Amino acid sequence: MTVTLFIPCFMDALYPRAGISMVEILERLGHQVVCPEEIACCGQPPFNSGYWNEARTIATPVLEKLADAEAVVIGSGSCGAMVKNFYPELFKATRHAELAKQVAARTWEFSDFLVSKLGVTDLGAKFPHKVTFHDGCHGLRELGIHKQPRALLAKVRELELVEMTEVSCCGFGGTFAAKFPMISTAMGEVKCASAAETGAEYIVSSDSSCLMHIQGLLSRQGKPTKTVSLAEVLNHQ
Amino acid sequence: MSTFVSDFKTRATEKAGDLRHRQVIRTALRGYEIVRDKRKAAFQSWESARQAAAETKWEAVNHLDKHLEALTAKLEARGTKVHWASTGEQAREIIAQILRDKKARCIIKSKSMTSEEIHLNHALEKEGFTVVESDLGEFIVQLRHEPPYHLVFPSMHLTRGEIKDLFQKELGDAPSDAPEELTMVARRVMRQKYIQADVGFTGANFAIAETGMISITENEGNARLTAALPKTMVTLIGIEKVLPRFADLALFLPMLATAGAGQPMTCYNTMYSGPRQPGECDGPEEWHVVLLDNRRTELLADAEQRDALHCIRCGACLNVCPIFRNVGGHTYGTTYSGPVGAVITPHLRGLQEWKHLSNASSLCGACTEACPVKIDLHHHLLQNRRNASASEPAFFERLAYQIFGIVANEPAFWSLAKKLGWLTQPLQKVVKGSALDPARAWTKTRDLPAQPRESFKDWWRNRK
Amino acid sequence: MSERENILGRIREALKVNAPLPGWHGERSAEHLSAGDPAANARNLAARSGTASDWLPLVGASVAEQFELFAKNAADLKADFQLLASRDELKAALLKLRDAEKWRRVASHGGELTDFACKALGLPVTLTDCGYDVQEMEQCDAGITECDALIAQTGGVAVTSRSAGGRALSVLPPHHVVLARREQLVADLPAAFALLQQKYAPDFPSMISFITGPSRTGDIERILVLGAHGPKKLTILCV
Repeated sequence: MTVTLFIPCFMDALYPRAGISMVEILERLGHQVVCPEEIACCGQPPFNSGYWNEARTIATPVLEKLADAEAVVIGSGSCGAMVKNFYPELFKATRHAELAKQVAARTWEFSDFLVSKLGVTDLGAKFPHKVTFHDGCHGLRELGIHKQPRALLAKVRELELVEMTEVSCCGFGGTFAAKFPMISTAMGEVKCASAAETGAEYIVSSDSSCLMHIQGLLSRQGKPTKTVSLAEVLNHQ
Repeated sequence: MSTFVSDFKTRATEKAGDLRHRQVIRTALRGYEIVRDKRKAAFQSWESARQAAAETKWEAVNHLDKHLEALTAKLEARGTKVHWASTGEQAREIIAQILRDKKARCIIKSKSMTSEEIHLNHALEKEGFTVVESDLGEFIVQLRHEPPYHLVFPSMHLTRGEIKDLFQKELGDAPSDAPEELTMVARRVMRQKYIQADVGFTGANFAIAETGMISITENEGNARLTAALPKTMVTLIGIEKVLPRFADLALFLPMLATAGAGQPMTCYNTMYSGPRQPGECDGPEEWHVVLLDNRRTELLADAEQRDALHCIRCGACLNVCPIFRNVGGHTYGTTYSGPVGAVITPHLRGLQEWKHLSNASSLCGACTEACPVKIDLHHHLLQNRRNASASEPAFFERLAYQIFGIVANEPAFWSLAKKLGWLTQPLQKVVKGSALDPARAWTKTRDLPAQPRESFKDWWRNRK
Repeated sequence: MSERENILGRIREALKVNAPLPGWHGERSAEHLSAGDPAANARNLAARSGTASDWLPLVGASVAEQFELFAKNAADLKADFQLLASRDELKAALLKLRDAEKWRRVASHGGELTDFACKALGLPVTLTDCGYDVQEMEQCDAGITECDALIAQTGGVAVTSRSAGGRALSVLPPHHVVLARREQLVADLPAAFALLQQKYAPDFPSMISFITGPSRTGDIERILVLGAHGPKKLTILCV
């Protein structure tokens, strides 16, 4: 099928490798990938801060661009939740209300798309490291993504997955990280400690924004643990 | 910036950096988590129970007037005096008047967060009444002149050593720091107070419309004694706490205990339907029930967030909230802390003055997942943010999003922005963390990611 | 206008707009906010299949299983439960308690089982039925009461101010002894509430209490301490 892949703003600028991995994986699976160049951001930052008019300004062209897509795949859990769960709310009682619902119905987060829509779990990947998986909160609780990444990781050769004992928010939360930096940092410290307990070399996540925050803390603290996106692991040979 | 939000930020920063405090909270909650998970697993279907509880509360709150009328009629028929208070001030005056009428001097209290909400103790003490908190945790924080730290565990933030020192200082009685011994000190202190108090004051967990009852949940037995011995009993309850039927308690009591404390049932769950009845050998001669609004009807009128009134005050959302776990209950600076506090306080005390509680969240959704009555907590935080910025937008923040919108929607601007970001990276390294650094909020404690030269869109464009 | 009318008026005004149905998190469409038709919304509430007994913890069907569950739960709560085969065994159990705990005075109320117990103990008794002196009750080593039900699901006991000698008797003395009959065992909380409603409605005792274990607190470092204000010991003798 033709997959419209939406790589959101921070992934585009800061984590292109994750997006590139997604393109390569989807093409290897035989699908045609389209990346609309005109849209950069799903509109979540103003939306989360309560500025819904401004969010609509950013989201409207996104919605219109995705209107005819056969399948929309979004490269991060939080942006996926924005389009799938929150666009219908954002566009309620506007002329785009129906379109938002339709696009939402055709939108998946990347790991969810592979497992739930395509029924694929083995991508022929190899990643000979001990890893732990961090569930981004939007993906976990808004989109119900928990089994899907683990089903994919289970098929990655020589990868050892160790679960953290505690499930908790990494503390990024978008603008929250800048508005309440000390709380955000404390939450991140708890997450890093939790990951360290597993002895994993890599923290893997399907949300690069979480990884940005976690890696930022790990680097500042001089910790050896590394972070990597799920897509890059699944594309690793 | 209002003083509430600047105080919050100051306290939050201090507590978030206080590793000892964070560890005390973690340890206190870890014990709870283990038993809570065990008890939830014992349910044949915790999720079905949640759905049923959510629907029952929906039924209760969305027919609130009818249930309150039924409740009142039944209570009054058996001799209870029911009072209605629109505001905290009215409630305080009603209660103070009862005490004056009874020429009371000493009031023994069992736990009531609603009485905290209306600052009852302070008002009564100012008038010269002696108020004794009988719940151990409340007794401890009363001695420390501080508010309860948590909906259910008032003294969660204190170690046994601190409590021992407190008892030594205030009571002159602290044989050791063993919890057993300290509890016995409190037991000894309370004994005669129950027997000699003029008035017993209680809170309430549920009000049953069908049978005209007030239900009180506790572990210690202090509420049982408060409702048994003094000649006059006064109960304060928020109007939203109704349940339609007596049988509904069979679901709500074990759910409250499970979510709130990880217990199958709390030790004493007691339903009162009147003062001492003919043929009974004890109990108060007079029972006054004070129904409190205090802006709950405003929250009721917000249909989108009305389910916040379904709250059974179990504290489960506090226990899972990463913000609460890292800054603690006192940081919020108001009676109701944690996620439910962040949702309802803007309604009960003013949106613009208290919106910061709704802002101080990463919207992780753990609260909504934990809530036994399925309140849509984290989405309500978002709705509060929307309502706050719709009525009073912050000029620069809104401008920033407007500019961001222009940049994001125009490929040429977006490319330019990325290029500028990459070019100024070396500069960023120079100012990092200092007052000149625009990203200081981030870089004070975290490194920024390195921006690669080629963005995803560059790669995509180049491969064509 | 009274405050009652003010408050009820505000409630009625607020309820003119219907709230979204519970547990609807995935649905954010405007259809749920249909104004002015609470009956329709009530009908739309997800058809609930089952009752609380289907969701609360599992209780075995047979009486034997239920007694086993009750015994296990009581033990977890640190309540002392004894299932006795006869009145003789009940008497022996009471005497054993009296001697081991060194009781000198007990409090109780009139009733078939409590009369038997007080006679067996042969101690001075403070009876509550016609009123009592609280300071005298405070001197009692134990409070002996009957009950309305034993609940297998929780290991708890249901008492009322009518069946258990008032409000204070089951909570003031440091040791609460409950005398129960085998037929009083019910499976779960829904059954207990149904029993109480059937037995007493509409003229309920002014106090109904579910007692689940001895008094306790976790307020100090979440360490469990028994006997916070209520009884430190709870003994349930079932005959």
